[in-house]
Amino acid sequence: MKLNVNGSPHDVDVEDDMPLLWVLRDELGIKGVKYGCGIAQCGACTVHVDGVAVRSCQLAAGDVDGDITTIEGLGTPDALHAVQAAWIEHQVAQCGYCQSGQIMQAASLLDLNATPTDDQIDQAMSGNLCRCGTYPRIRAAVKTAATKLQGA
Amino acid sequence: MGRIKTIARRSFLIGSVAIAGGVAFGAYLVKRDPDNPLSADAAEGDAVFNPWVKINADGITLVTPHTDLGQGAASMQAMLIAEELDVELDQITTTPGKPAAAYYNTALASEAVPFRSNDDGFAAQAMRNTMGAVMKVLGAQVTGGSTSVPDSFDKLRQAGAVARETLKAAAAQETGLDAGQLGTERGAVILPDGTRIDYTALAARAAQIDPVSDVTLRDPSQWRLIGKPLQRLDIVAKSTGTQTYGIDLEVDGMVHASVRMNPRKGAPMLGYDATAAEGMRGVKQIVALPYGVAVIADNTWRAFRALEEIEIDWAQAPYPSEQADHWAAVEASFTPERLDKEWRNDGDVEAALEKGDIVKAEYRAPYVAHQPLEPLSALVTVTPERVDILASHQLPRFVHQRIAARLEMDDGQIHLHNQYAGGSFGHRLEFDNIDVAVDVAREVPGTPVKLTFRREEDFAQDYNRQIGMARGRGAHAGGRVTAVDLDIATVSASRSQSKRLGAPVPGPDTQIAAGAWNMRYAVPDLRVRAYAVPELAPTSSWRSVGASTAGFFAESFLDELIHAAGADPMAERLRLANDPDARAVLEAVAEMSNWGSPLGPKQGRGVALVTSFGVPVAEVVEVTDTDDGIKIDHVWVAAEVGRVVDPVTFENVVAGGVIWGLGHAMNSEITYSDGRAEQDNYHLSEGMRLHQCPVIEVRGLENNSTVRGIGEPPVPPAAPALANAIFAATGVRLREMPFHKSVTFV
Repeated sequence: MKLNVNGSPHDVDVEDDMPLLWVLRDELGIKGVKYGCGIAQCGACTVHVDGVAVRSCQLAAGDVDGDITTIEGLGTPDALHAVQAAWIEHQVAQCGYCQSGQIMQAASLLDLNATPTDDQIDQAMSGNLCRCGTYPRIRAAVKTAATKLQGA
Repeated sequence: MGRIKTIARRSFLIGSVAIAGGVAFGAYLVKRDPDNPLSADAAEGDAVFNPWVKINADGITLVTPHTDLGQGAASMQAMLIAEELDVELDQITTTPGKPAAAYYNTALASEAVPFRSNDDGFAAQAMRNTMGAVMKVLGAQVTGGSTSVPDSFDKLRQAGAVARETLKAAAAQETGLDAGQLGTERGAVILPDGTRIDYTALAARAAQIDPVSDVTLRDPSQWRLIGKPLQRLDIVAKSTGTQTYGIDLEVDGMVHASVRMNPRKGAPMLGYDATAAEGMRGVKQIVALPYGVAVIADNTWRAFRALEEIEIDWAQAPYPSEQADHWAAVEASFTPERLDKEWRNDGDVEAALEKGDIVKAEYRAPYVAHQPLEPLSALVTVTPERVDILASHQLPRFVHQRIAARLEMDDGQIHLHNQYAGGSFGHRLEFDNIDVAVDVAREVPGTPVKLTFRREEDFAQDYNRQIGMARGRGAHAGGRVTAVDLDIATVSASRSQSKRLGAPVPGPDTQIAAGAWNMRYAVPDLRVRAYAVPELAPTSSWRSVGASTAGFFAESFLDELIHAAGADPMAERLRLANDPDARAVLEAVAEMSNWGSPLGPKQGRGVALVTSFGVPVAEVVEVTDTDDGIKIDHVWVAAEVGRVVDPVTFENVVAGGVIWGLGHAMNSEITYSDGRAEQDNYHLSEGMRLHQCPVIEVRGLENNSTVRGIGEPPVPPAAPALANAIFAATGVRLREMPFHKSVTFV
């Protein structure tokens, strides 16, 4: 099976129904994408398929029909995406385990809607659980990222 | 020595350290400092000044032995050392180090004794000193009880200062100058002519001289780092997916594994049939254990999937199978036989309840799961010579002792490599993931096994927060609260936990009534009694421990009395407050929330004040009763901590604590049916999601001279402040968590 991840082609030999999450983590060694619940209730596994946020724990590898981007492909410590830069500016993370998924969700939101209202931010981000309770900073960082992206 | 350690261990209890009277230690044993664990591994040219600082030609390494669970412990510890060492945070690397007795916790004693945290009397101090000695003799390296800051605050600055002065002595030797003429800045000794000699260049010489012991800590006015808004060391990694957690680790030759244990927690497996799983793709081995079955595979998901195909016959639960029987056991525990301790008895409450207007109420708090977002895992390699365990744990040396006993090896053969955790909230005080990973790995000696719990397994095997109830009776007269009599009955999470640690404890559980008996109010007639419910389902420390339930009971009941008296909830609390710190946090939230200003017709404000872990915290919650349900608009919180060390993380952790307290009070409980927890994933136990999150404003007060931790204290006032606000808005009094059973939230 051929997958395009973060701009690189990969050929993997896996069952069609293996969730993309586990192909990325255990077959390709891409660990920024996290296992949290396995049933699309926490959002820790969020990646992009053709730029749109999806829960990789619920997407069978055989059903992937586009280019996959994980947090590692969004930006790197030396070349940050605007959302990552906003996350650093607001020092959002505590344990940080959910933040890859939060950032991927926020990046997808801002790609679809450059100027989300407070309600739209709440709606788009409420599928991503943060057990440490960093929600106030997530809200602030999404707004900062929106401003950064508009200025870009 | 061995016997003293055994006594110390038996007398020791995490979260509720109690001590049998008359334990005495030889002065030598207590005075003797544990060995510096860095010395054993020091290479030629490594200067290991103390257990926290290592410098060699390659760089500066700071050891941060308090486990980073997300609360920013690694950054905080590095900051304290760097403050006195005169290095900047971009010049250092940090490591959790090897578990060692030298990292014993000096601060656990203050919450562990049955005295109020603001009691400086002789008996209280004597017991704290005794407890401190127990910690030292045990070498109790513990992250918990909101002690990381108080344990580190003096000790790590001292460690930095010792290293700095020793480096100056080395520079003095090298240059022939007097050490008094030398300065330090940004990782270098500065000579009078401005010449810089890097610490790394001085390390080899510094390694040859005895560390300078006589150092003076700097005045706060000179601090560069403490109290300043700095960037967390892990923030870039945690914003780019490059932070490695235990669950992410990979080593050569590693296999994946997962387990199903008896969901009737603590009971064994009776039998199993793994035929359907045996031929599945990627399955390498099926391991039968006394308590369940594990699958070793070449991929985590393949192990998960194979587990689902195994038929297992589980034994019955060692506790009541149905939730109603758990509640019945709690209800039946308000008896003289179950009285654990009468913690407070001011005035004459029985006489007071003969007169005045009497109010009675009963409250309930359910089991609640920890469920940090990173599922439990452990990467373990067992060989005849040594065992390596890669996982995050709050009790690293207990892991060594426990696994050594399990495998009949010596403590010294067990090596825990502590990791950054994706949250804990008390979950990583328990050992199941490590026990199971060791049991599986010993079946394949030499092969590294990474065992990952499915989320459903993590829920099933969680040791939940204590279940409990309270019964209050009180009186008011002339618009004032005059009497409070509060009986609290919960299972003892501390005893449940200590039993698993192999350290059953004599004496009362300090946690059952924590946050209630120590209320900083001068009610003329006030009695608080704790009753211990016999163990039901096993329980453990859940962020803020006893105060998460007792604080809810006490501040809800006080609010009922204040309303019955016709008084203002803030004014009456301020009138009753008998401690300057308590009054200050109440005054702070009154001012921040503009308490008393007009509200809309369907709005309400509630306030609560709970002291836990020595920190009085006041919170005001403001809600609106909308057509779609209760909406939490705003929370204001003030905490007295003596010193805000890291203001950026302080604000984040306090807000997170409020969200933790609110979210679980609103939405979460664990209930049992057929001996199993009925909630097996986040859709059934989700805490708070972003759309329910209010605006939160945080203020840290620094009036007291004692420095305290903030991980847990923001949690207990959140639930009662919310319940009190909902009463103010709607007239509905919530006496049972989770509140969503009684009201709808937006």
